[in-house]
Amino acid sequence: MSFVFLIFLPLLAALFIPLLFKKVGKIHTGWFVLTVPVILFIYYASLLPTTIDGGNLVSEFQWIPSLDIAFVAYIDGLSLLFTLLITGIGALVVLYSIFYLDKHREQLHNFYVYLLMFMTAMLGIVQSDHLITLYLFWELTSISSFLLIGYWYTRDRSRFGALKSMMITVFGGLMMLGGFVLLSIMGNTYSIRELITLAPEMATHDFFIWALVLVLLGAFTKSAQFPFYIWLPDAMEAPTPVSAYLHSATMVKAGLYLVARLTPVFAISGTWMWLVAGVGLFTMFWGSFFALKQKDLKGILAFSTVSQLGLIMSLLGASAAGYHVDNIAETTFKYAGFAAIFHLINHAVFKGSLFMIAGIIDHETGTRDIRKLGGLMSLMPVSFTVAMIGAFSMAGLPPFGGFLSKEMFLTAMLSLTEFDLFSMDVWGVLFPVVAWLGSVFTFIYSFYFVFHTFAGKHKPEQLPKPAHEAPIGMLISPVFLAILVIVIFFIPNLVGDWLVKPAVMAIQPFLYSSPAEVDIHVSAWHGFNTELFMTLGIFAVGGLMFWTLHRWQKSYDRFPDAISLNALYDNLMFLSDGGANRFSMLYMTGFIRSYLVYMFSFMIFILLGTMYLTEAFALDLTNLAPVGFYEIVILVALVGSTMTILVSKSRLTAIIALGAVGYSVALFFVIFRAPDLALTQLVIETISVALFLLAFYHLPQMSRKEERMGFRLGNALVAVGVGVTMTLIALSSHSQKALPSISEFYKETVYSEAGGGNIVNVILVDYRGFDTLFEIAVLGITAIGIITMIKLRLSKKEDQHENK
Amino acid sequence: MEIIMSVAIGFLFMAAVYLMLSKSLIRIIIGSGLLSHGAHLLLLTMGGLGGNSPPVVAEGVSVSDYADPLPQALILTAIVISFAVTSFFLVLAYRSYQELGTDNMDLLRGTEDYE
Repeated sequence: MSFVFLIFLPLLAALFIPLLFKKVGKIHTGWFVLTVPVILFIYYASLLPTTIDGGNLVSEFQWIPSLDIAFVAYIDGLSLLFTLLITGIGALVVLYSIFYLDKHREQLHNFYVYLLMFMTAMLGIVQSDHLITLYLFWELTSISSFLLIGYWYTRDRSRFGALKSMMITVFGGLMMLGGFVLLSIMGNTYSIRELITLAPEMATHDFFIWALVLVLLGAFTKSAQFPFYIWLPDAMEAPTPVSAYLHSATMVKAGLYLVARLTPVFAISGTWMWLVAGVGLFTMFWGSFFALKQKDLKGILAFSTVSQLGLIMSLLGASAAGYHVDNIAETTFKYAGFAAIFHLINHAVFKGSLFMIAGIIDHETGTRDIRKLGGLMSLMPVSFTVAMIGAFSMAGLPPFGGFLSKEMFLTAMLSLTEFDLFSMDVWGVLFPVVAWLGSVFTFIYSFYFVFHTFAGKHKPEQLPKPAHEAPIGMLISPVFLAILVIVIFFIPNLVGDWLVKPAVMAIQPFLYSSPAEVDIHVSAWHGFNTELFMTLGIFAVGGLMFWTLHRWQKSYDRFPDAISLNALYDNLMFLSDGGANRFSMLYMTGFIRSYLVYMFSFMIFILLGTMYLTEAFALDLTNLAPVGFYEIVILVALVGSTMTILVSKSRLTAIIALGAVGYSVALFFVIFRAPDLALTQLVIETISVALFLLAFYHLPQMSRKEERMGFRLGNALVAVGVGVTMTLIALSSHSQKALPSISEFYKETVYSEAGGGNIVNVILVDYRGFDTLFEIAVLGITAIGIITMIKLRLSKKEDQHENK
Repeated sequence: MEIIMSVAIGFLFMAAVYLMLSKSLIRIIIGSGLLSHGAHLLLLTMGGLGGNSPPVVAEGVSVSDYADPLPQALILTAIVISFAVTSFFLVLAYRSYQELGTDNMDLLRGTEDYE
């Protein structure tokens, strides 16, 4: 089946959403939307047996064959895992949003159109095998994210957050496009699968390192890695279903997907391993450290997402180590890739549920400020349970899914100390240390999130609304996810076989040729080893620090806001915005004269430059017409009347002199044997002069008082430049004929073909009849314009000003 | 003759551009009129000023004797169009003077951004 078209199913469905919203107002639009991810999830789940055996499916649709651009949907373990996350979490989020967004007050048609657009874009990213279409979908997610963050567009913070995310992710996207282009130049193909097979040859190419860095910039901006993470906390202005879906479960994982997908291409490079693992791990620590500074529930979750994304990123970086060691099944290096994918699933599940809980608290109490919350445990028991399960999984406690992947994370980080390439043997010891520190802070903020919201003293007087448990519909999705968190703990190997191992095979094809070869068995108990002692240390230190949190949390305020990354972004935006504005105001003066001067100067530059470059200056003295007496007389009249126009102070003189120029031109036409032109010119010139005189009655005196000498000198300079240029062009065009004139054809065929004697007339009405027709049309339009102008009365001036 | 004409064309263009750069609306319109005259003569000169007979088929005239009909056809079109432009300009100037009370281009700068 050509499942490539299924990518576009959400987009197609989006076409009907505004109609359904307007016409079927009684039913919440979300119910119609819900069918789309559910259908897609069921269909894609049916593809699971193929990928479990390590197989893959390809479906292709040509888009621009001449440029070799096609939609290629490629389903293997990795893309199917992401596809299932997108559609599965998507379905739960849509279900949740039905109860979260009021059908009477909210603009649901906008919301769901954006959401479906995003779904198509995301499916496109994870299934595209073609770099260019991948980029296309990548930017489409940035755009739909922009629209969704700015969904409540009347709020300043929403618009600010939307723009910030757009600026940063689109910047990264453009860098990534550069990387893709370099990749396609190196491999002479856009197909990722083909690039993977070419990887060893490309590694020595000059562009390789550039492509690597540019692609990583794209991935890091999208996945909110340090220092680009700053857009994610501001993106929390979006409605909570959006935060749960885009900004924790799917879109921010697009960067992880890209890194995972391209690991086989870049794993050979030490830079790749250092950058991905290093930046990821630092982000993990940084995010968890600053999560404790946050007062907003969603702010905590945003920093926690940043931190967790960093964790997965560092694991993906560590998985590249597998490329460099022999006999991997015997070593601990094998865990990194598995742990990355396993934690990615865990994170999507528990973070989705936590975001939904944050939304519920916001919805039912009216605030997300953690300082005002507290003691909700007895009022919202179901929400509390779900939040606790999610947060404990995040903290890495048993019996929840997060415990298993956290253990593997520590194993993978410990293994890096044994890695002896790329000076890892010196610096590798930092990895487990930073990972441990980050985990401690993760533990603290998880507890901070749950217990400062649900435990402690209830402060009803500070809440805008009396708190109560959420309606059942809103709880379905988070409860389902919470159950999943526990289920994963008890059947980790089933999840491993079905989802993780096929994906690991895609990340490390240099190690495995089928999922069954991934020799990893997940178990909660490994005996007393380093990982276990590290985990116990995390619990002990984290617990102690959480206990004393109220004493040291205030020290976060000592970090000055003025030298933060956010301030850097704000200043950069301010400078580029204001600077660009000031720069364009420098030359956009509002004076027509300035613009004309630019145009004329540029025209001189271009024309003379072209003539110089093509060596077109020429003067042919052989084929000249004789100079006659009458010609000289007319010429003197022409130049004389032009001079008169230039110097005259009276407009009447100027108009009469203009008429004289026109009549001289008409006389030239007579002398140069153009009787039709002469007649036309005479008639037109007469009417023109009459028109001028008519307008003259209404127009003011010509005044040149305010024109300074410098002003006139500048004008004269440009004018002389244009004059000289035109003279040179006239001489050059007369002196050389690059092509034979087509006039001969007209002269010879005018009588035989068109049956007319007057060649000029026949050309106009017969050979070039349509041109003449359109010319008449131009005249007609002008006439209409003139009549409109005369009839137009701007009597509604005041109204117009009000509209501004 | 062509060389003299080329110089005259340059002169016409120069005068036209000089007028168009001034501040007075009516001088700009006169400048655009001069510009079209210059362009017409340029077209004519480009085709060559030779030819002993007007481009009308007549007994006993060989093909090479006709003046070049192609520039003439182009000019004929251009004359009419330039007439349309000039008359539109004039009405525009008349009306804007009536509404705004000035023909000084420096005062016609549009929005308040420039103030």
